[in-house]
Amino acid sequence: MAEPPVNGGDTFPKILFYNARVYGQRPAVREKDFGIWQTWTWADVLEEVRALSLGLKQLGCVAGDKVAVIGANRPQLYWSMVAVQALGGVPVPLYADSIAEEMAYVLNHAEARFAVVEDQEQVDKVLEISGELNQMEHILYDDPKGLRDYDRKRLSSIKHVQEIGAQMLAADPLLEQRWREEAEQVAGGDVGVMLYTSGTTGRPKGVMLTYDNLIISARNANEFDHLDHTEDVLAYLPMAWVGDHVFSLAQAYCAGYCVNCPESMETVLTDRKEISPTYFFAPPRVFEGLLTHVMVRMEDASKTKKKMFEYFLGVANRVGEDILNGEKVSLKDRLLYVLGEFFVYGPLKNQMGFSRIKVAYTAGEAIGPEIFKFYRSMGLNLKQLYGQTESSVYITSQPDGEIYPDTVGVPFKDVEIKIAENGEVLYRSPGSFKAYFKNEEATASTKDAEGWVKTGDAGIFLENGHLKIIDRAKDVGKLTNGAMFAPKYLENKLKFFPNIKEAVAFGHERDFVCAFINIDLIAVGNWAERNNIAYASYQELAAHPKVYDMIKENVEQVNRDLAKEPMMAGSQISRFLVLHKELDADDGELTRTQKVRRTFIADRYAPLIEAFYDGSTHKHVVTEMSFEDGRKGTIKADVEIRDLAVYPPEGAGAYQEAAE
Amino acid sequence: MNMLVTPETRSNAATTAKEPEVLLDLENVSLSFGGVKAITNISFNIMKGEIRAIIGPNGAGKTSMLNVINGFYQPQEGKITFNGKTRRSMKPHLAVSQGIARTFQNVALFKGMSTLDNIMAGRATRMKSSMFWQILYYGPARNEEIEHRKKVEEIIDFLEIQHIRRTPVGKLPYGLQKRVELARALAMEPDLLLLDEPMAGMNLEEKEDMSRFILDVNDQLGTTIALIEHDMGVVMDLSDRVVVLDYGRKIADGPPEEVQSNQEVIDAYLGVSH
Repeated sequence: MAEPPVNGGDTFPKILFYNARVYGQRPAVREKDFGIWQTWTWADVLEEVRALSLGLKQLGCVAGDKVAVIGANRPQLYWSMVAVQALGGVPVPLYADSIAEEMAYVLNHAEARFAVVEDQEQVDKVLEISGELNQMEHILYDDPKGLRDYDRKRLSSIKHVQEIGAQMLAADPLLEQRWREEAEQVAGGDVGVMLYTSGTTGRPKGVMLTYDNLIISARNANEFDHLDHTEDVLAYLPMAWVGDHVFSLAQAYCAGYCVNCPESMETVLTDRKEISPTYFFAPPRVFEGLLTHVMVRMEDASKTKKKMFEYFLGVANRVGEDILNGEKVSLKDRLLYVLGEFFVYGPLKNQMGFSRIKVAYTAGEAIGPEIFKFYRSMGLNLKQLYGQTESSVYITSQPDGEIYPDTVGVPFKDVEIKIAENGEVLYRSPGSFKAYFKNEEATASTKDAEGWVKTGDAGIFLENGHLKIIDRAKDVGKLTNGAMFAPKYLENKLKFFPNIKEAVAFGHERDFVCAFINIDLIAVGNWAERNNIAYASYQELAAHPKVYDMIKENVEQVNRDLAKEPMMAGSQISRFLVLHKELDADDGELTRTQKVRRTFIADRYAPLIEAFYDGSTHKHVVTEMSFEDGRKGTIKADVEIRDLAVYPPEGAGAYQEAAE
Repeated sequence: MNMLVTPETRSNAATTAKEPEVLLDLENVSLSFGGVKAITNISFNIMKGEIRAIIGPNGAGKTSMLNVINGFYQPQEGKITFNGKTRRSMKPHLAVSQGIARTFQNVALFKGMSTLDNIMAGRATRMKSSMFWQILYYGPARNEEIEHRKKVEEIIDFLEIQHIRRTPVGKLPYGLQKRVELARALAMEPDLLLLDEPMAGMNLEEKEDMSRFILDVNDQLGTTIALIEHDMGVVMDLSDRVVVLDYGRKIADGPPEEVQSNQEVIDAYLGVSH
């Protein structure tokens, strides 16, 4: 087990006291506002947090209170979490894009008495459901725009609350000492934060993480990647997600590095370029999106540039990864690579805001091997890790020099891992959560008496000691002929094609495997433009025969790849269709973290699945969908279903009969 | 949309216990082009702090009305009082310095210039330093430019267009161009803002955004707004008072609910049923 954290203390308020003393004049937070990056030093942050904390106390916030934090990554919202922690309360960050109904459930379940929110949009949402919220007493907001005429009885601006705090401090010279002493009483074993898991099934669960969970994990992570107070990160992922909580708060406090908040969600790209973070995290879709964007832009570049890009991409492909891994490379290739860095890789990384990256991580989903390799060969130290909310992120991680695109790395420091009989990955670590809030049943079924936590994922250890995740344990099924069916494994392979945005595979207890495909509107739209294919909507493009031809080739490529893997050869895809609408979280088809909700989709599109297995080639369907403003509409379509070639397995003969 | 702010509370807030003050008063204004009468003997006023809608079927004289207000057209008859000053005639380029800004039915921006530069252009009338110093970007000119930029950034923040700050306006979708146009008008810090069909050609989401911005402008900046709009839902939600024109005549004037139930208005709009 790890040493208890020493320097800085065992809670975030205590670490803040330490940082304000040691890194007082170093930047702690930046936010781009009115077009300029505004900076707060650690000393400033302490002042802001103190004023807010005392103001909150004046409003009646006491130890044990849950305080909801809702909004995009704003410095004030991060401060509010630590301000609450200093009073012994527990912050509960919520997803800013969740609809009022989802929010009502979480706020009620968490028994939140206060909500600290970003702007009018969130205030409106909380007010809209305030009738159902039994505990909610007061709402604090950051951005006053549009809120001038609101009833002030239960609503204050964060600024106003901070002013109250500052006035109290000025009036009573001993107050600061008392506040500090109170904050010192909170211990590492206390619950520091409650994070609701988005949950692919059922209601969200409140994961209680203690300060020890977060701080030990964060310190281990900082040590693992040699991160110190000079790092810069961009806080742009949802605050309710454990990743952001660990990268932008826990690790930032423990290392004393600077967290940069973008101007708005739409400006992230520009802001990242300006800040050029040294430590960066993004789910695979961000890296995919960036690469697609670059490739599309290169299509429009001049001939010379295109030639140069292609040539040096070839060089990087050949030797880039070896150079990054510190392996032997010929002098000629090294020189070419240096030239490439000057002409192509450097400018490209600069465009993407990756010039100063020390280490970048991707996790949450599998990343396409080509995409992974592209970034690494450019000299970007992109790595994968595996984790979840219940483990304070870190379960496994790839050490420098041991990078494989299809594994998630070796067990993280202080983490023990074993594989259960059903293939499920279990772990025990200092980061593993205390319990689910008010849900003993779920706690008991996830975490056993010895501290082993079920991840819900099926995985295997490869000979090199690296863990490979196959699928959600409960999703791994069998075809009627006994072949293993791991839907996510197939879907990920499909999604690696830039044309395919989302895929959902079916096949458990069926004769063969079928798949729904969502095309990527940007990539396919661009392709359509170049090939003179006119279309007016996603639906029209999705149904185009030429698009079907293209997707068919992609899926058959997947089948060819699967045929080479003995375990998977039996689950080649026999039929597919391109879905007439994009899967959307607003329709409940994806979780808020953009993962497919398989069972829900199976119910919703049951007629289409039926059509897969009754041999039809066309099916007329009517689907309800919700617009961004909450109105409902229906969408009608004739969906085509196509058959695919299935390939005989290569190598192992044992599965021969299974495939036929 | 903002459910809590009803028109009553808004106008209350804007006038804060004072007697409502007339910002613009039109008395018996008539305008004709040759023999065509565009506006016939129209009188109405706009109070400080209100949102005043001017509606009417196509060709009713709405845009002519706006053009009269900002001095582009000279009415042959009638009296116009703005901010307590009665004027007989006014050159349109003086409208801005008088405190009137407008947006156009068809977006009228500098397409090749960035959003930022377009809005900065809206500050041009407020620049005091001479062109000589401005070109050198030195001394008072520099400080002045920084001041103006600050104001422009506030507007950019207010209208949430940070992400297109550096984008050439011609590359933007129509809904955003409309927003940039509004931003430029706001950069003039007008007392009266004339909006000519701010929602034309927008989808529902863009309309909702624009409605919110118009309410915010009125509410937080205290700008008086006169708007022409065809979307009746928008008009009824946004405006404090509505004046209805038909064939250049005023046929109704009053709060939205009242105007909506006025038989003459219904006839003019929907046509008389047979």
